Amino acid sequence: MQASEMAFYFFSVVIVISAMLVVISRNPVHSVLWLIATFFGSSGLFILLGAEFLALILMIVYVGAVAVLFMFVVMMLNINFDQLRSGFTRYLPVGLLIGLILFVELSLVFSHWIPANSYDSKIQDSTIGDVENTKQLGLVLYTDFILYFQLAGIILLIAMIGAIVLTHQRKRNVKRQDILTQIYRDPEKAIELKDIKPGQGL
Amino acid sequence: MIAIQHFLTLSSMLFLIGVFGIFLNRKNIIILLMSIELILLAVNINFVSFSYFLDDLVGQVFTLFILTVAAAEAAIGLAILVCFFRNKGSISVEDVNVMKG
Repeated sequence: MQASEMAFYFFSVVIVISAMLVVISRNPVHSVLWLIATFFGSSGLFILLGAEFLALILMIVYVGAVAVLFMFVVMMLNINFDQLRSGFTRYLPVGLLIGLILFVELSLVFSHWIPANSYDSKIQDSTIGDVENTKQLGLVLYTDFILYFQLAGIILLIAMIGAIVLTHQRKRNVKRQDILTQIYRDPEKAIELKDIKPGQGL
Repeated sequence: MIAIQHFLTLSSMLFLIGVFGIFLNRKNIIILLMSIELILLAVNINFVSFSYFLDDLVGQVFTLFILTVAAAEAAIGLAILVCFFRNKGSISVEDVNVMKG
């Protein structure tokens, strides 16, 4: 058995077991940690397939941002998770049935599927000379796919604005600067001069 | 020798686990979102393996876009979740019945 095969089977076993534990784990914090393990496994698989840039992006974006976001929300919200698990055994047969049906369908497809050898019309050849993966991706991404790249940026911007608008709350008892009242403030009415007689007071 | 069928089998297993998780944790939105992440990861593995076995770089480009959309989706989903928890005090899917849908 070659080293690459051993690496493939190792990463596959890691991915499948940790994905299973994401789904059935009792504590959501453990689920998030198993999700991180799944992402690490698939990152290794991407490196095995020669997609180093995507592997490292997966590690940075998913492990560094998305999984930490999940962890943050799980720990920030004070949730009674045992109550949420009450229907677990009730939904188990339905889930197994749906999974079995999908499995049978997919295995029917895969058992009769032969990859077409005549795939000649390559859109973008991935073996441009000696250029490494990241540079190849950049050469394609900023030229042929520039529209999709910019649209992805707009999607991220909208997601950022949406998340901020949804979760931002205005505090009631905090004093803020109101510029209009400052501009329209009349100095004549702001200070009132009173002539106080001695010994009388106001 | 590892053929493309190995990768397709792995990604379909991951996809099935994700679907199974959606049915299993129907009350807990956080695990539902994680199951959706698993499904998107299965799609990404499919794309990258086809990109490798067909010598075509477009699969990797599309994986990059799926990654972007998945990150945006997770951020928005969790923001809605936090907003919902603030109003209702729970994240159970059964409590999402304000619009009687």
